[in-house]
Amino acid sequence: MSAQHTVISDANITWELPSRGRVGMFCLISAESAIFTIFVVAYLFYVGKSLTGPMPKDVLHAPIFFTICLLSSSLTIHLAVKSLKRAKVGSFVLWWFFTLALGATFLAGTAREWRHLIYDEGLTIQTNLFGTTYYSLVGLHAFHVTVGLLAITTVLLFALFGYVRQEHAERVDVLALYWHFVDAVWVVVFTVVYVIGR
Amino acid sequence: MATDAISTFRPDAVSLPLVARLHDWVTTVDHKRLGILYIVYALVFLIIGGIEAAIMRIQLIRPHNNFVSPDVFNRMFTMHGTTMIFFVVMPMLFGFANYLIPLMIGARDMAFPRLNAFSFWLTAFGGVLLYFSFLGANGLYGAGSAPDVGWFAYAPLTSRTFSLGHSTDFWTLSLLVSGFGSIGTAINIIATVFCLRCPGMTLARMPLFAWLNLVMAVLVILAVSPLSAAQIMLAVDRYLGGHFFDTQAGGSAVIWMHFFWIFGHPEVYVLVIPAFAFVSEIVPVFSRKAIFGYPVMVAATVCIAFISMSVWAHHMFTVGMSANVNTFFVLSTMAIAVPTGIKIFNWLATMWGGKIHFKTPMLFCIGFLFQFLIAGLTGIMLSAAPFTWHLANSYFVVAHFHYVIVGGILFATFGAFYYWFPKMSGEMYNENLGKLHFWLFVIGFHLTFDFMHIPGLLGMPRRIYTYEPGRGWDTLNLIVTIGVFFQAAAILVFVANLLWSYFHGDSAGSDPWDAWTLEWSTNSPPPVYNFATIPEVRSRRPLWDRKHPEDPDWKYE
Amino acid sequence: MRTTGFSNRPARLAVAALVLLCVPVAALADPAGSPLSPTNIFAPVSTPAHSIMGLSLFVLAVTAGIFAIVFSLLVYCVLKFGKPADDDGREPPQVYGSNQVELAWTVIPVLIVVVLFLATARVLVGIQTAAQPRNAIQVIAIGHQFWWEYRYPGLKVVTANELHVPVSDAADPSPTFITLLSADTDHSFWVPRLGGKTDLIPNHPNSMWFDPQQTGLYLGQCAQYCGTQHAKMLLRVYVQSRQDFDNWVTTQTQPARASASVSEGQHIFETTACINCHAVTGTVANGRFGPDLTHLMSRETIASGVAPNTPENLRLWIKNSDAIKPGSKMPAMGLSDHQLDAVTAYLTTLH
Repeated sequence: MSAQHTVISDANITWELPSRGRVGMFCLISAESAIFTIFVVAYLFYVGKSLTGPMPKDVLHAPIFFTICLLSSSLTIHLAVKSLKRAKVGSFVLWWFFTLALGATFLAGTAREWRHLIYDEGLTIQTNLFGTTYYSLVGLHAFHVTVGLLAITTVLLFALFGYVRQEHAERVDVLALYWHFVDAVWVVVFTVVYVIGR
Repeated sequence: MATDAISTFRPDAVSLPLVARLHDWVTTVDHKRLGILYIVYALVFLIIGGIEAAIMRIQLIRPHNNFVSPDVFNRMFTMHGTTMIFFVVMPMLFGFANYLIPLMIGARDMAFPRLNAFSFWLTAFGGVLLYFSFLGANGLYGAGSAPDVGWFAYAPLTSRTFSLGHSTDFWTLSLLVSGFGSIGTAINIIATVFCLRCPGMTLARMPLFAWLNLVMAVLVILAVSPLSAAQIMLAVDRYLGGHFFDTQAGGSAVIWMHFFWIFGHPEVYVLVIPAFAFVSEIVPVFSRKAIFGYPVMVAATVCIAFISMSVWAHHMFTVGMSANVNTFFVLSTMAIAVPTGIKIFNWLATMWGGKIHFKTPMLFCIGFLFQFLIAGLTGIMLSAAPFTWHLANSYFVVAHFHYVIVGGILFATFGAFYYWFPKMSGEMYNENLGKLHFWLFVIGFHLTFDFMHIPGLLGMPRRIYTYEPGRGWDTLNLIVTIGVFFQAAAILVFVANLLWSYFHGDSAGSDPWDAWTLEWSTNSPPPVYNFATIPEVRSRRPLWDRKHPEDPDWKYE
Repeated sequence: MRTTGFSNRPARLAVAALVLLCVPVAALADPAGSPLSPTNIFAPVSTPAHSIMGLSLFVLAVTAGIFAIVFSLLVYCVLKFGKPADDDGREPPQVYGSNQVELAWTVIPVLIVVVLFLATARVLVGIQTAAQPRNAIQVIAIGHQFWWEYRYPGLKVVTANELHVPVSDAADPSPTFITLLSADTDHSFWVPRLGGKTDLIPNHPNSMWFDPQQTGLYLGQCAQYCGTQHAKMLLRVYVQSRQDFDNWVTTQTQPARASASVSEGQHIFETTACINCHAVTGTVANGRFGPDLTHLMSRETIASGVAPNTPENLRLWIKNSDAIKPGSKMPAMGLSDHQLDAVTAYLTTLH
């Protein structure tokens, strides 16, 4: 935890406190984790309980490629932040752009999977318990990916116009923290939906 | 005594036009103003929720009464519960936390001032949205109006089949919106406490008020989120044809209960822990002694918060869980009594050997101690599951939780009002009116809620718009209703006192109570920047150290 | 100054508090079942209700003891440690804590919790895991908005709203075991003198049992909010001698006997919407949404306990159920006065 402000007083107290951005983001991540936990619990509780309709093992195919894309974007965002901390703005923009591209690819993959499930397999959120819990859980995650990508795009635009500099590395790191959280949630969702639940 | 003779500084006294002043209040990000906005908002809804309660009590004054129709009654208990929890007690406590935490830790504002304002307005609009349902919820067959599914909205009563129109959706959406506001405030409190303490104020030297609100904020983050998740699921069921709680499709009504109470139980600790915080600040000052056992108080509160996440299914003892599961929840619920009892003993030990000043804040805290003790003991009765097989969903439970929320939390909050009103307004309240408020409220509270336990023991369930004569409930319900009028009178006295004192009260000075925490070193009310220079502290009671340089706390801590 | 004059007061106050607490419990305890209240949880007539009462009294005694002690301490503090009138303004000695004291008032509550927990667990497991004897009466109770359906699968009885069970002899128990289901939302079966409540939740079968040892009529009502008329979903349990119960079963298993004098009413009943919801065995009426009416006149009340079962009330109920129970699921049938008379006449022959 790096210090946001240090006050050295005349009584020679060295006073270091954590950065409020990081603390705030950890709190947000905790709250979001609690929300996802409830959706995961519902998913696991309802495994095998659908009365009708397509079953997971019939229609689900693990999206390995898109998962690799999303998890790699954690690596690229980490490299981007590292570059910015070393004032290598050009490198930062490049890695940041790759993060956006990989995240967008993941979303496109989800969209493609859903199109297939809805039109070819007849699985919608209304079809059965599996449909309801699947679209809700994966959809909630995709929503969080979307929000993350919007934030990343905003930062990218700022960077392209030259407004992002080394002194902003701390803030960009806080956003990266959110992005790592989104990826970690996908690991859990993937395991629950495509491994355990099938 | 007060170290500075400060004249009152009233920013509003500057003569700006009304529009400009309103604009200032609406756009403010100052934690003190937002605190006052939260508190005033909560007071307004307290009156509205109280009127809803009065309507119910008048309907129940005798059997087969016709004061309101069953539909209206069912809306009243739903709105009363939802309003009081989400739009009275929570905003009230967030308001005090917002106002006081930065002052107590020597900071200039909360960690995220704009998030602070955003969270307030989310909460505020959530309340407005809920009440708009009276007008706007008419759906199919004109079957809408305010929600009437109970404040915990059990499935499948909330499904489209059994809840026509949009009333349930107003419940869901207004609480989702204000829930996000609560989470925002919680994030702010945690970041403020961890990141903005003044030099020398280690976590072990923070006022208990700051500690307890920190614990409350952590609970909000862990507890309100499951409610939001469950409400999203309910919205998916109602609007997208989902089956989360659709028993006809294999869904489970019980899982809604689990999700709701995983929120609902920690929620009551979210409500009561800040009340503990008020008492932990007021009792030492009016007993003229340091709080007894500060580290134990912190540890006990953290224990309470921790255990509170594991007791939720004691709200579901009648639902048909297995004997093993029921037994586990009996144990965890009884366990939470231990740290709670420890806190009561510590407050008593603080009073022991002190010199108690029986001013209005202290009177309310003594009322709190007496009533919270009883509420905790009826809670222990309810933790014995077989006893709860009778008492659940009866008026005994209603009496128990009103004892906690009104007899405990509201009393402590009234104490907080009187204690910090001089700081927030710069004026002293009228002590005689304060005492009148106290005694009227004690009489009304006990008339209503002591006698309310008995119909529960005699078989009266809750949420019934009328009841059969000849069950032994009639006279008791009459007495319960009479108490309401005393409480209403007390609230009128309270509001009158606040208003009168604000305009005509004596100037309070910066430290009317000879207290020891940092907020009393500022002007009353504090300037926008709180402190001219950020203070430095060496102990838990920096003002005690200043006033007693020969005997400072840091020699003993 | 202070103290010596008050030293007896806390003890006296504590005793007074304890005595005061005993009064309400003593007042409520109702062993003879005298009508303080027909739904008094402290007037048990069945084994689960008895064991719950035993546990409750133990818990009450423990909590009363805790209250007496802590309340006395509070009163003592308030009386003894007030600021004296001749206060010199000095602060009292500052005491920051004491580890021994904290330990003491941690350990003692933990011990109390252990004792309470063990007592509770014993009663809990005893009731929930009770074995079902051979001659137990099996009932399936199905909760509806806002009435109770009862089926006795072994005895082939279907009825509504008034549950009949045989009295249980302590020497040779014949308890009633009820499977609890729901046709719509959540309900709860609570007849306090017979036992604690158990919920009826759709897609979540529950079970409960009681073995009433005294004949009589026992009252209760639905205890889980289920909609508009939750308040009027009343329970009536008739505990009868074995002989009376068997007679009741015999009558209930007969089909309805047609009578020519009410054929017009029967015709109206069978050709309007009545049979969509109601069943009368031995006729074409086979609806399940509303109560089975085959032996309607064997019940003392209608609308799940709300009104006495008289021809006037029956007629009013069919004409406009909202006059008796506004918000119930029985629609106003839109029949003419003549039709209403005929149908009522028919229904009053359904014994």
